[in-house]
Amino acid sequence: MEEVDVEPTVTVNVHTSPPRCFHSLLSSPSPLIPLCYAICSFISDAKGSGCSFIHEVRKDEDIYSPILRKLFNESHHIFVGLQTIREDLPSKNKKNQFVSISKNYRSVIRACMEELQQVAVSTKEAAVATQYGNQVSILLAIELIWNLCEVLFIDAAPAGSLLLHLLDWVRLHKADVDEKAREVLQSESPAEHRDYWDVPGGNQTLTEFDVKWRHWHDEVNRCLQDNSFASNRHLEIICKILAGDEDTLLEHKELLSTWYHFLVTRLLFSHPTVKPTELHYYAQSCLTMFLDSRSVPEPLDNILLAAFEFDIHQVIKDCSIALNNWWFVAHLTDLLDHCKLLQSHNLHFGSNLREFLLLEYASGLFTHHSLWQLAVDYFDHCPEFGHVYLELQIERVPLDTERKALKVLRICDQRQMSEQVRSICKIMAMRALRNNRLGSALSWSIRAKDAAFATLISERFLQDYCTRGTFSDLDLIDNLGPAMLLSDRLTFLGKYREFHKLYGEKRFGEAAKLLLSLMTAKIAPRSFWMTLLTDALPLLEQKEVIFSADQTHELMFCLEELTSCLNASALGSPKTSQDEDIELTKVELLRLSLARNLAMAIIKEGTVEA
Amino acid sequence: MFVARSIAADHKDLIHDVSYDFHGRRMATCSSDQSVKVWDKSENGEWHCTASWKTHSGSVWRVTWAHPEFGQVLASCSFDRTAAVWEEIVGESNDKQRGLSHWIKRTTLVDSRTSVTDVKFAPKHMGLMLTTCSADGVVRIYEAPDVMNLSQWSLQHEISCKLSCSCISWNPSSSRAHPPMFAVGSDDSNVTYGGKVQIYEYNENTRKYSKAETLMTVTDAVHDIAFAPNLGRSFHVLAIATKDVRIFKLVPMRKESTSTGPTKLEVQIVAQFDNHNSQVWRVSWNITSTLLASSGDDGCVRLWKANYMDNWKCTGILKGDGSPLTGSSGQPTAMSTVVGSSVQTSQSTLNGMSAGRYFFPPLDPPRAGTRYGHLLPPSSLIEHCDAEPTQPLPHRLYSRALLPLPEAEGL
Repeated sequence: MEEVDVEPTVTVNVHTSPPRCFHSLLSSPSPLIPLCYAICSFISDAKGSGCSFIHEVRKDEDIYSPILRKLFNESHHIFVGLQTIREDLPSKNKKNQFVSISKNYRSVIRACMEELQQVAVSTKEAAVATQYGNQVSILLAIELIWNLCEVLFIDAAPAGSLLLHLLDWVRLHKADVDEKAREVLQSESPAEHRDYWDVPGGNQTLTEFDVKWRHWHDEVNRCLQDNSFASNRHLEIICKILAGDEDTLLEHKELLSTWYHFLVTRLLFSHPTVKPTELHYYAQSCLTMFLDSRSVPEPLDNILLAAFEFDIHQVIKDCSIALNNWWFVAHLTDLLDHCKLLQSHNLHFGSNLREFLLLEYASGLFTHHSLWQLAVDYFDHCPEFGHVYLELQIERVPLDTERKALKVLRICDQRQMSEQVRSICKIMAMRALRNNRLGSALSWSIRAKDAAFATLISERFLQDYCTRGTFSDLDLIDNLGPAMLLSDRLTFLGKYREFHKLYGEKRFGEAAKLLLSLMTAKIAPRSFWMTLLTDALPLLEQKEVIFSADQTHELMFCLEELTSCLNASALGSPKTSQDEDIELTKVELLRLSLARNLAMAIIKEGTVEA
Repeated sequence: MFVARSIAADHKDLIHDVSYDFHGRRMATCSSDQSVKVWDKSENGEWHCTASWKTHSGSVWRVTWAHPEFGQVLASCSFDRTAAVWEEIVGESNDKQRGLSHWIKRTTLVDSRTSVTDVKFAPKHMGLMLTTCSADGVVRIYEAPDVMNLSQWSLQHEISCKLSCSCISWNPSSSRAHPPMFAVGSDDSNVTYGGKVQIYEYNENTRKYSKAETLMTVTDAVHDIAFAPNLGRSFHVLAIATKDVRIFKLVPMRKESTSTGPTKLEVQIVAQFDNHNSQVWRVSWNITSTLLASSGDDGCVRLWKANYMDNWKCTGILKGDGSPLTGSSGQPTAMSTVVGSSVQTSQSTLNGMSAGRYFFPPLDPPRAGTRYGHLLPPSSLIEHCDAEPTQPLPHRLYSRALLPLPEAEGL
């Protein structure tokens, strides 16, 4: 069974310059849109000047219509439910559950089909009507195939009830045609034939039914041979049909319209107790008989034929080829895998085939701006590659808003994807910093646990304070909590702000203590000490003594340490005389204040309370 | 179904590179007109040029984005023997209103004595590192130790490949099992040195890059090279654009405890396609390494996909032949005309992808009569058999109309 290896034909013709210019210009695929590439061209005209173009070529996204989106959403729901079916249920219960799930999928397909149909008939635009009409046709075919797979594989109807199921199957899909057929067939049926429609499953076994049926069938044949109905041509036709005469049936082809309708009808009248394993013979011969010599089997025909042959592998394969989406094969294969059907058909790559299809489907969803969240659940249930696929794709989700970023982060957090969390937070922090939103940048870098970045942003805050005299984003800094410990600079920022708060609340004693500790515990960077000492000035100048004698001594030590450092560095760097003057004045002022405070403190501490 | 949207790029000369940023919302192009343009995608999907500036004093060969963790940073390289790093500065409010942004040069890398043919950032887990390769065969790796200061780059490695280099690609794998690795392609016409692709690997002990492998089977000029995303596999996949499209698998062999050199790599050719029938100039992977795109001198872009059993086949062609855009509206698939089936003849129309067909390897072709050997024909059929001409058990009826039909990536 060799397959012809045919090159896919050409699709889009892109307006480009001669090949010489074309080659160098293929981009990597766009991370944003599935199968989207940028191709550039340069067309030079006769005068020698030229025009350059960028062509963004992408998959047509029409299929993301709102109605189909509902299909994806609802089938996602069913899919997730299916994955969580308990393994320990007895197999009969499981089978019923699987059948019920299969029916759920089908009803979702039908609902979608009906909505699409409504749009197709009510729209005034011909293009839309055609497009939606096509989608309806495709869904019809999908449901037809799915239903047959349900009957044959999932429900696995045995001989007897098999035909009943097939009758239902055909009826469901050819409702109107069946009506006419039944009218013709039953309008003039002899009453006694009705009795023999009592089918097995109820109160008789297959064999009993078979015996009765054969008896009846023989009688019909005898009637024909006796020419009992010769007088009435219609009755004779009906009788022939009832006898299962193929030629007669074929004469009424237009009523049957499809070969599988012909098949079921023929089986009904000639082999109602057909066994599943015998189906494919009848199917093949019916197909051959039904097609006239000029027509060829359609892909759908071959899929159905493969199903009748119980060749699940072939069904999946042909469906993958014929249909322009992964949705159908992915969900059907998943269900069949849960029914343990793929293995029983000797596919040694059973579960991997399921995963392969699910990964393809979900990857396609991932680039959609809202459907990507559904894809996450599919990846979760692909044990081999689901996690890595999710990692690679989730970091490409554009972080348009904080809300979206938080949504992505929540998904990553739930799955312990710590590297992706860090990366996303870093990207957001960078973006905030570039736009000078320091508070946002700080909170993102805390979340990213990025100490270096937190230090950088804290520096910026402090610089801001020095230039403007106030802090921005006070709420954030006030509520840092343990996050403060992420970086030294951040700790300082938090504590420094605390100092300002205490000062504002006039809790001068505590403020003073904190200020001093910032320097003595070396939390404050040396470069900031001058600012801190200057902050101490108002506390030193208060009427009442705030800094104790000991504390004042410590402050003096700090000042000396700072000035000796400054002197050392001043030797190296040139300073204007103006700068030097300012520095000197500051230091002098501080020395004076400290001395005065020391004096007052000694006196206060030495005084015995009266 | 593919659709194309065309934008007048406004470059005055050939465009040599086009590159999407990490999220696909921005794009950069560079040209022989010595400029780089940056494009932003708006809410409604349209591209607007938000910056355009002269970057070099010669043709700009390549332009590439850094990972967004480092901010909005671009690197470009040129015939003028330099590479440059650019950073976007958030503009004044009136600029923003006009939708413009400014890019300023952070550094120029002037070490090369010849045209710099490619510039690529290393994977982000290695920090902010930039790699260039030149026409004189030297690969240079620079690092910015302080990622917040893009003006300071230090040259960390200078590697002479002995052949004129045309392209570089880093192995994106961040696995601890894989030391940093890059591949260099050469378009040198020199035939003395056989292989035109070299693989270099970082050695923790020597703290240097050393050559791990030369792909000796690649003897023609290499125009582009691309490592596939890793997906947690132990081996590496490399695509090469040369006179044809080639995909190699590089399997690290187990290191002996005494060996101090680079990992020994077993080189296997996975696929080779000459469908372009001409020089292939670019190859690029999708995010999950499941799809490879190639463009060639035949004016076509081909998409390659591996089936379930790791067999690679062409899954779509985008062609440029100068004729206007056609075929973009949805055409009915054969499935849609088939419900109601074989009474009428139907046309199978073909568009786009044919991915599905080769995903499943053909089962062993059944010998006539044995495929359904375990299924005995029902007795009723046997009785009728005498009337029918003897024929082998039913086999699939294929016809030429049954050609692969559209296959989309997901829905």
